[in-house]
Amino acid sequence: MTENSTETATDAAAGSGANDAERRPRPRAARVAHLTKHYGHGDAAVSALDDVTLNLYAGEFTAIMGPSGSGKSTLMHCAAGLDSVTAGTVTIGDVELTSLREKALTQVRRDRIGFIFQAFNLIPTLTAEENILLPLAIAGRKPDQAWFDQVVTTVGLKDRLSHRPGELSGGQQQRVACARALVSRPEIIFADEPTGNLDSTSGAEVLGFLRRSVDEFGQTIVMVTHDPGAASWTDRVVFLADGKVVDELRRPTPDAVLERMKGLDSRGGAH
Amino acid sequence: MLRASLASLLARKLRLFMSAFAVILGVAFVAGSFIFTDTLGESFTALTKSSAGDVVVRATGANDPEQPAAKPVPASVVAAIADVPGAARADGNVSDFTTFVVSKKNKLIGGQGAPGIAVNHTGGPAAHGVEASRLVKGHWPEQAGEVALDAATAKAAGYLIGEDVRFVSAGSEATFSAKLVGTHEMTGGSMLGASVTVMDTATAQRLFQKGADQFSDAWVTAKPGVSQSELRTQVARVLPAGFEAVTGDKVSEQMATEIQKGLSFITTFLLVFAAVSLVVGTFLIINTFSILVAQRSRELALFRAIGASRRQVSRSVLFEAFVVGLIGSTAGLVAGFGLAQLIRVLFGRFGLDMSGASLVLNPRTIVASYAVGLVVTMVAAWLPARRAGQVPPVAAMRDDAVLREGALRKRIIVGLVLAILGGAAMYLGLVVVDSNELKWLGGGILGVLIGVALISPLVGRPLVSGLGWIYRTVFGVVGTMATQNSLRNPRRTAATASALMIGVALVTLMSIFGSSAKASIDDQIAKDVTADYVVSNAIGQPFSAEIATKVAAVPGVAETARTRWSPVSMSGETEWAQGIDPVAVRAMTAVKTSSGDFAQVGPGAVSISAGTAKDRGLKVGDSIQLGSQGQVLAARVVSIHEEGAMVRSGLVTDLRDLESLGLPDQDSTIYIKRESSATASTVQAGLENALADLPMVTVKDQQAFADEQRKPIDTMLTIIYALLGLAVVIAVLGIVNTLALSVIERTREIGLLRAVGLGRRQLRTMLRLESVVIALLGAALGVLMGLGFGVAIQRALVDEGFDRLVIPWAQLGLFLGLAAVIGVLAAVWPGRRAARVDILRAIATE
Repeated sequence: MTENSTETATDAAAGSGANDAERRPRPRAARVAHLTKHYGHGDAAVSALDDVTLNLYAGEFTAIMGPSGSGKSTLMHCAAGLDSVTAGTVTIGDVELTSLREKALTQVRRDRIGFIFQAFNLIPTLTAEENILLPLAIAGRKPDQAWFDQVVTTVGLKDRLSHRPGELSGGQQQRVACARALVSRPEIIFADEPTGNLDSTSGAEVLGFLRRSVDEFGQTIVMVTHDPGAASWTDRVVFLADGKVVDELRRPTPDAVLERMKGLDSRGGAH
Repeated sequence: MLRASLASLLARKLRLFMSAFAVILGVAFVAGSFIFTDTLGESFTALTKSSAGDVVVRATGANDPEQPAAKPVPASVVAAIADVPGAARADGNVSDFTTFVVSKKNKLIGGQGAPGIAVNHTGGPAAHGVEASRLVKGHWPEQAGEVALDAATAKAAGYLIGEDVRFVSAGSEATFSAKLVGTHEMTGGSMLGASVTVMDTATAQRLFQKGADQFSDAWVTAKPGVSQSELRTQVARVLPAGFEAVTGDKVSEQMATEIQKGLSFITTFLLVFAAVSLVVGTFLIINTFSILVAQRSRELALFRAIGASRRQVSRSVLFEAFVVGLIGSTAGLVAGFGLAQLIRVLFGRFGLDMSGASLVLNPRTIVASYAVGLVVTMVAAWLPARRAGQVPPVAAMRDDAVLREGALRKRIIVGLVLAILGGAAMYLGLVVVDSNELKWLGGGILGVLIGVALISPLVGRPLVSGLGWIYRTVFGVVGTMATQNSLRNPRRTAATASALMIGVALVTLMSIFGSSAKASIDDQIAKDVTADYVVSNAIGQPFSAEIATKVAAVPGVAETARTRWSPVSMSGETEWAQGIDPVAVRAMTAVKTSSGDFAQVGPGAVSISAGTAKDRGLKVGDSIQLGSQGQVLAARVVSIHEEGAMVRSGLVTDLRDLESLGLPDQDSTIYIKRESSATASTVQAGLENALADLPMVTVKDQQAFADEQRKPIDTMLTIIYALLGLAVVIAVLGIVNTLALSVIERTREIGLLRAVGLGRRQLRTMLRLESVVIALLGAALGVLMGLGFGVAIQRALVDEGFDRLVIPWAQLGLFLGLAAVIGVLAAVWPGRRAARVDILRAIATE
């Protein structure tokens, strides 16, 4: 499978078909297939993911939602090559991750994936600029100056580049993290509750910035969140419950997301 | 609260171990020093107990250690005291300390400082009926030509009973041999490398008492029920003037006291190193606890939030320190045994063989170990504990609770004051005061070291920045991060580096001291020694005057000049006299005099050094009295000299004067001049040939003589380096500790770095670079300070013949290079731990 694969998207698990009209052929940026993840052994084994198959499309902003314990973080960690899988495959672009050794996996993370975490995104001893350029510096690559300037302008950090994380607000820190994720032009960015620690204004700034990078730069972003408001900034919401993909929503609105979440919660309650 | 701290301690065994480690090492050093010196003392004490009879009769004042050649006790006196009431028997002893066994392979046995003892066999018991030595095999010598050896020496020399043993001696025969008829073992245990040859009384008298029927001393044995003091009173009654009777207990005690005095040097020496390692250890403990408190600040804040008072929180940290101190002291005590064993092996290699003695653990060792371990740990934990109490409860709610580091200003002021006071104390010790110089100097050095350690966050900054520039250029962002990491806790970096700094400063000081001393000796020898060859004894023992006669007979030898050493009393006070013969007086043309004429030294005419002249208020022309063992001789001061390689004493006399005082006819050094027509190699071969069967003396040319003179310095340096090496080891473990703890502290950061693609190898490089910064910082500061100390000490000692300053640059460069290697090695384990950090757990927020 190549990066330029134009295979039409079919969502194996949910296939709710709600937004078929909106579908257009998109290249696939990443795919997880029959992904299973158990923690522990024998009787004590807990299944976090149970045969999950999911395609993530290039140039799309995808949210993964679900009640706590649904496996959404585990899914992201496995998809991003941070965690090992029990069974199934993970493909980023044309690279199959589950067969890779540690060293190659590190390089994939460095060169093909961008990360934004909820907190502790930045190295406290490095300036904002050095943090943004960190993945490139680790790889020993030269930054594309024009692209760097554009990214920095977009996140509005031009006059903050020489500051250390300690001298930046929480929102500014997350924007530095966004810039870092973007500057190496990764094939996909994984964001884990990127606005979880922010007030609503700063959160909106960060989400707005992520949205723009999808729309203007064609960046692929996958975001784990439990906030319906945050999810409504995306193109597509995938719902997880009990380690399974149970639903999907395109062009989400906060109300529609909330509605589906309620359904999931009651499902979880009935459990 | 206490239970909570205990639980927290046990939950983190690694942390517990690492914080206890510094204590273990420090305590091990203290315990090791005590155990070793106690063992040494015990060995000697056991020996002294069996080295005196119930009552000892000897020349008055013969117990003065600086008067080795006591007036002999005539046989008539021995006969008289045997008949006093209460005496069971009396035995005259002949003893000599210069008789060495030559092994089958023609090697001298023992000797390296330990005496070669020869005694006559009397059968008289030591005090309280104890047998002085026990027969192991064979029988005691009964007639001339028979000897018994202590079993250890017989074994080392490879002699079996029935075989002929060869000896060299400073007695009337330079060499002799006798049949081995028995082996024995001293009751006192270890002989510390000394050999004990037992022979019949007549032979002993022939060899060591010029053939007269007289003895070195006599033992009187009490009848059952007669106390030592009762017997002493009886014996004293019959003694002629000039002799005294002393109870055996008192003699043993005197010997023990003298030995303890002699050993106190070693004890002090070792305790200095214990102090060094404790200072170094204290730095590490403070460091470790600061890091631990910083890491636990959230947990501590939680305690505060749920209602623990400041004091409770502080106390919980102190309690933790107490437990760590307790565990560390116990383990340190155990480790001290290992260390004492190590020191024993080390000293054994330099001639103090104690392999026979078992290690002694005195209560004071235990008390000192626990006191030091607990006090140091609690004091070291006190500041961090106070800081722990200041954690605001709200920190529990924050994700990134950080303890603020106090301002550096106060620390720097204290450091500066300490360094200045230390410098002043050094100045006092080196230049001003005349007593306790070493204490002033040592205290001063310690003050400067600690002072500089305190200000090292400041003075180290340019070095770290400079290294940072190199790192950035060579290693890119990994180098930048490494530099930043070393700068983020300047105190921690500085404290860790300081531990290394102290060790390196002392090593540097010693290496400058050693190379300067050696160069000064070389200079003096080149300047003063005009002889072509020198015959001397490598172990400093005097040798029979017979040897000088042999040497003079070698073809090609133009003249021989003899010198010998002996303590004599000079107008009432003891002075080491250098006795020289007329040839030597004529040869010593290079001797500088401030007044008088050195060439006039002869019978009844002495030269004294400027120092002696000043101390005694003497000038040329003054009369003095020389004395030894009651004999007195009038003499006149004819010159005031400066000490050098040839004239090394405050008092130079004609050696005939020493003979007149009844001192033994034994030489220390023979200087030989070749006839100008003779070839060097032929003469040297002739000399070597003449001395072939006298392994106790060697003939050397000037170069070899200089090498021999330098050898004690090398030996001393080796021991000091080995001990300082342990301080360096502590410092290195400190670096490992700090790095490992900071890896734990930075788990999250490391996880993030790994998530965004930092490879394991890059991560290890980062830690390695951090480690090298610390090591180089410590080594560079240490070398700088050592340079300062070394130069200061050499400058201050110029007047005492220490006139060359040699800085071993290559060696100092090597120290820095080694420090870098140490840095790399210290990072291995922390780097491995860091590489194993689980990314997910590291970045998980919940």
